[in-house]
Amino acid sequence: MTDQSHTRFSVALNVNGVKRKTEVRSADILLDVLRNNFGLTGAKPGCLNGDCGSCTVLVNGWPIKSCMMLAVAASNTNIVTVEGLKGSATQRAFIEKNAFQCGYCTPGFIMNIEGLSAIHPDADDSIIEEWLQSNICRCTSYEEIKAAVYKVLGKKPEAGR
Amino acid sequence: MIGFDFEYYRPATSNEAVKLYESLQAQGKRPVYYAGGTEIVTFARLNQIETGAVIDINSIRECRVYQFNTSELVIGATVTLTHLAETSAFPLLSVTGGRVADHTARNQITIGGNICGEINYKEALLPFLLAESNVIIAGNNGYQDKPIMEAFNKRLQLEPGECLVQILTDRKYLNLPYFSVKKRKIDVIDYPLLTLTALKIDNTIRVAFSGLCGYPFRSREIETILNNHELSREERIEQTVLHLPAPVLDDWIGSAEYRLFVLKNTLEDMYLALEGESL
Amino acid sequence: MESIGRSVIRKDAVAKVTGAAKYTADLKTVGSLYAKLVTSPYGHARILSIDTSAAEKVNGVHKILTGKDTNILTGEEIKDRPILATDRVRYHGEPVAVVIADTLAIAKQAANLVNVSYSPLPVIRSPKEAYQQGVPLVHEHLGDYEKIAEVFPKPGTNICNHTKIRKGSMEIGWAKSTVVVETEVSFPPSDHCAMETRSVSAEILPNGQVIIHSSSQVPFTIKKMLSSIFGLNQGKITVHTPLVGGAYGGKSAIQLEFIAYLASSAIGGQKVQLINSREEDFITSPVHLGLDAKVKLGCDAEGYLQAAEITLLFDGGAYSDKAVDMSRAAATDCTGPYQVENLWCDSFCMYTNHPYATSFRGFGHPESTFAVERAIERLAEKLGMDPIEFRWKNAIRPGQTTPTQVILNESRIGNVRRCIERVRELINWEEGRRIEITPERIRAKGVSCFWKNSNIDTNAGSGAILKFNEDGTVHLNCGVIEIGTGSRTVLAQIAAQKLGIDVDQIYVEMDIDTSSTPEHYKTVASRGLWMAGRAVLAAAEDAIGQLLNVAAQVFRVSLDDLDIGKGFVFLKDNPARKLALKELVYGYVYPNGNAIGSQVIGRGSYTLRGMTFLDPKTGKGVPGPDWTVGAQAVEVEWNKRDYTYKILRAVTVIDAGTIINPKLAQGQVKGAMHMGLSFASREGFIFGPNEVVETTQFRTYKVLRYGENPDYTVDFVVTPSRETAYGLRGIGEHALIGMPAALANSLSTAAEVHLNRLPLTPELIWRMKTGGVR
Repeated sequence: MTDQSHTRFSVALNVNGVKRKTEVRSADILLDVLRNNFGLTGAKPGCLNGDCGSCTVLVNGWPIKSCMMLAVAASNTNIVTVEGLKGSATQRAFIEKNAFQCGYCTPGFIMNIEGLSAIHPDADDSIIEEWLQSNICRCTSYEEIKAAVYKVLGKKPEAGR
Repeated sequence: MIGFDFEYYRPATSNEAVKLYESLQAQGKRPVYYAGGTEIVTFARLNQIETGAVIDINSIRECRVYQFNTSELVIGATVTLTHLAETSAFPLLSVTGGRVADHTARNQITIGGNICGEINYKEALLPFLLAESNVIIAGNNGYQDKPIMEAFNKRLQLEPGECLVQILTDRKYLNLPYFSVKKRKIDVIDYPLLTLTALKIDNTIRVAFSGLCGYPFRSREIETILNNHELSREERIEQTVLHLPAPVLDDWIGSAEYRLFVLKNTLEDMYLALEGESL
Repeated sequence: MESIGRSVIRKDAVAKVTGAAKYTADLKTVGSLYAKLVTSPYGHARILSIDTSAAEKVNGVHKILTGKDTNILTGEEIKDRPILATDRVRYHGEPVAVVIADTLAIAKQAANLVNVSYSPLPVIRSPKEAYQQGVPLVHEHLGDYEKIAEVFPKPGTNICNHTKIRKGSMEIGWAKSTVVVETEVSFPPSDHCAMETRSVSAEILPNGQVIIHSSSQVPFTIKKMLSSIFGLNQGKITVHTPLVGGAYGGKSAIQLEFIAYLASSAIGGQKVQLINSREEDFITSPVHLGLDAKVKLGCDAEGYLQAAEITLLFDGGAYSDKAVDMSRAAATDCTGPYQVENLWCDSFCMYTNHPYATSFRGFGHPESTFAVERAIERLAEKLGMDPIEFRWKNAIRPGQTTPTQVILNESRIGNVRRCIERVRELINWEEGRRIEITPERIRAKGVSCFWKNSNIDTNAGSGAILKFNEDGTVHLNCGVIEIGTGSRTVLAQIAAQKLGIDVDQIYVEMDIDTSSTPEHYKTVASRGLWMAGRAVLAAAEDAIGQLLNVAAQVFRVSLDDLDIGKGFVFLKDNPARKLALKELVYGYVYPNGNAIGSQVIGRGSYTLRGMTFLDPKTGKGVPGPDWTVGAQAVEVEWNKRDYTYKILRAVTVIDAGTIINPKLAQGQVKGAMHMGLSFASREGFIFGPNEVVETTQFRTYKVLRYGENPDYTVDFVVTPSRETAYGLRGIGEHALIGMPAALANSLSTAAEVHLNRLPLTPELIWRMKTGGVR
C-alpha cells in the first residue's frame, strides 16, 4: 500500500485470488471499493451500518461486513466475494432449496455460510443460528435458508421441533 | 460512503501511535484510534463523528495478544469479541462479549473498541469490572497500569492521546461461578434492555449492569445490599431498585418501569443460579 | 413435458447465487453524477430559510435544488405532495433539497452544509387525533388539490378519503343480535424494509429522450406520471427496471424518480443517480400505514353474525399517495370472509404528521383483518362458542354477497370452510387452545381467516410477446417485474405448457424496458400471474395459430386436423406426420427454396372485465375479479413470569386454485406469513417529540431474524378459478393478512387479556396484563 498524503492510497487488494491494484480514499469502505473500483457488485449495500449482512464477504476466511471495514485496512488480507465462488455447495443448495426470492440478501447469506461451513463444519443449531442471525432476509421464511445450510453441512432435517 | 476525508495511519508500536496522536492533535486533526472500526465507520457516515485522522492500532503487537503470564490473562485491545467467544479461558467474558451486536459484527468488534467506544452499553466491560482487572494504557509517559474499577467511571477515563492496550485479569477470577443474562425487547439481535452479570467469590456476589442506566456500572453499595442475608431476597431486590446510581433508561427499547420489572426477575434468576432455591 | 404443477427452478436462480444478478444501483456508468437529499428533521415545521451558499462552495458540487425550483404537486390520486418541500415540512424525513455532485462523498459533504432553519409547528400524532374537531390541518388547501373522481377528501378536515359501505339494515341487524361486542384496535405505521433500498437514475439525452432506471414495481406508471407532470410525450420516456431487491408494495410509489428527473434536467441532462440510505428508505420514502379502528359486531344465539359496524381510521401520513386506495380496499372487504347481512362501514384515510404511506403487501387487509378478527374472537368468547366453529359457521359461500354486494360463485370465492377445516386439523385444535405446560409456561393457539380482492384500476391489464429463435427456443417478453416472487418463471411455465415445449426452451429476460416490453399495469395486488397469465396464454395461442397455419399448408390439411406438442406440430390422426417447431418458426422452406409463412411473433393482451367504481353512498360495486381466501393459525408458548413468548408454529391453508409451481407457491405463502409475524410481533415506528421517528435503522427497527421464525406449515385447497390461466389464483400477499390477528388471538388466549395493539412485545403484554405496575 502506497501512501499519498494519507487521505488517498494506492492499494493492492487480494480479491478472489487475484491481486488488484486501485486508488482509494482512506475513508472508503471496502464494500464501495469492491463495487465501484472492481465492479464486483455481488456484495450489496443494505444498510451501510453493519446491521443487515447483505455486504458480507470473507476476509481471511471470516465473514465480515464490508460496509464497516475501511478498504485501506483490508490490504494484506485475503478477500473472497460471491463472485469468487464457482458452483459451491452453498450456491447449489440455495437453488435446490429455493432459499431466496428477490436475491438481494443472498450473496451475504451465502458468504456467511461459506465461512461457517469452513470454520465450523460440524456446527450445531445454536452455532448456525448465532452466525446466520447476522443477516436479514425479508422475502423467505428462513426455513428455506435453514434447509440450504443443513444441506451444505450434511445435516438431516429435523423431524419437527 | 463517508462524506469527508481523513488521514489513515497504521503505526507498529504503541509509542509510535501515541506520538502520532500528539502530532495530529497539534495539527488540529482530532485523531481517533481505530481498532475494529465498526463504530467509527458507522458514525462517520452519519457525520456523528468528524475526524481528520484515524490511527489504526491493529499492527501494534501488544494490542493483539491473548495469552497468560504467570498470574494473569492478558487480552490485547484489538482482540475481537469472536476470538474471545471462541476461547474459553474466561467463560463469563466469552458469554457476555459473545452477545454484543451479531456474530459477523463481532468478527470485527474488538474488546478495546467495545469498552472505549461511544455506544453506552459496553457489555464486554462487565466481566472485567467484576474481576477487578487492570488496564494497561499507553500514553506520553509510557505505560500505566490501573485498576479498571478506578479507570472506568461512566466511561474509560483516558486523557487525550491515551490508548487502551491491554486488560489483565487475575487467573483466580476466570473460572468462578458466574451468571450472565442479556434481556432484550424481543429480538435476538438488539441492544440490551438489561444485561446483568454476576460473579460469586467466597459466597459473595458481585454484580455489574448494562442497559439499565445511561452507562454500565458495578456498584459496591448495591452489592452490599444484594449480599445482606439479614434481608429476604425480595427485600434485597426492592432495596437494589432504590439504590441505582442513575435514572433508569426510558427509551424505544423499553420503559423505565418495564426495565425495573425485568431487573427484579433477573435478580431472582441470578440468586437461583448462584445460591439455589431460597431458604 | 408437463410444465404446470412442477417446481421448475427459477429462471433467475443462477444469477442470484453468483452475484451476477444486477439491481438498479449495480448499474454504474462512467459520467454519472450523484444526488443526495437534505431531509426534514421535524415532523411538522415551517421552513424559514434555506441557505445553500456554503454547500455550493464545495468543489464538485454542480447544483442544489430546493422547493423554490419546483412548483409542482404530485400524487396518483390526490396531487397533494410537492417534489421538494416548499414552505413547510409535514413529516420527519421529507425531502427539502437535493445536492448534485461529482461523487456521492461530495454530495454528502455538501448536503451536510445546507443550512435550513425551521420553526416547529403543532403535530398530528395519530389518525384518531387527526379526526378530532379543531385540530391543526395537515393540508389547509385540500379543496384546491387536483384529484381523480374516485377519492373523497373533505376539505377543512384531515380526511383525505372517505369510503362508505352500507348494506342491509342496521336496525334489523342489531334487533336480531343477542350478543354484541365492541373492540378498538390500534397500531403505528411501520415499514416494508425491502433489503434493496429504493434507487433511481435519470438522464435526458440531447434529443429530449428521458431515460430512467428505477427499482420499482410500476415502471409503466412512472412513464405516465413523468409525462403528465412534466408535459412530456410518453414516447420520449423509457423506464428500465432490472431485478428488484424486494418491494412488498413499497416500490409502487413514485417519488425519487421525480427528484432525479428534476436534478438531471437542472444540469443539462447528465445522468444523475439517487440512492436511498437505509434511514431515508425507512422514512423519507413511503411506509406501511397505521390504523385506529373500532368494530362493533352482533350475532344471534346460534352464533350467526347479524350486524357489523366498522370504523377504520387509517394513518396515511402527511400525503395521500396510495393510502387513500388502501382505505377503500379495506372497506370493500371489511368483514373478512364472513356473511354479514347488515353492515355499516366508514373507512377514513387520515392525514397525520407521519411519513406518508403507500401500498403494503395485503393493501389494507392485514390492517382491517386485525380489527375484525379480534372482534370476532371476543364475540365467540362472549357467546361461549369455539372460535373456529364460529368462523366456520359464518364463512362466506357461493350465492352470498360481499360488503360491496357482489354475488359470489365458486370461482370468485373458492372454499373458505374447507380452509378452516384443514387448519383445524393441522394446528391440532382438538388438543386444546390453552395448555399450561408448567405453572409458568403456557401454550396457546389462535386463528384467523382472510380474504382479499385486488381493488386495482377497473381497466388494469397486461400484455405479452413470444418471440421465437430459429432453433425453436422462445423469448417471453412481458411487463411483470421480478420483485422476488418468481412470477416470470411461472409465466414461462404457462407459455411452455400451452406451446407444448419444455420450459427450458423458454428464455425470460429479467429487465423491463417500457419502450419495448408490453405493458403490465403494475406488479401489485397479486395480479401478476392473474392478468399476465391470460396475456401469455393469448400470446401462445396467437403463436400456435401462426404455426398451425403454415403447417396446414405444408400438410395440405385444415387447421383443426393439427395439434401441437413436444416441440412438434403434428396430425391428430397420425402423429408421426409432424414438423418440428424450428421448421416453422421462421416460415417453412420447401426443398426447392420456396418459403411460406414468416417469423412467428405471438402477441397477447388482457384487460380485467366487469369491474366497476363503487357507489359513493353505499359502496356497491365490483372491486376486482375474485377473492383468494384462506385460514391461518398460530401457536405460541408464553411465559407467565416474564411475559416473553416464542412463536412455535404457524399454519396457513389457502385456496390457491391450480398451483403452477408448488415450491414457489410455498415460498410466497411462507414468506408472507413470516412478514406478517414480523410486523405483528415487533415492527412499528416509535415516535419522539414532534413526531420524529426514533427507529430508522435495523439496530432500532427490528425484523425477524434467522431462528426466530416458527415452524411453518402450508397447505393448499384447490378451487380452480374459471377466469385465469389453468385456474390459478393470486397468492402473493394473502398469507400475511391473518397473521397479526392469529398471533394476537393466540397471545390473548395465553395471557388471558385482550391484546388489541401491535406490535405484540412482551412489554405490551406486561402492560396490558398488569397495568404497567412493576
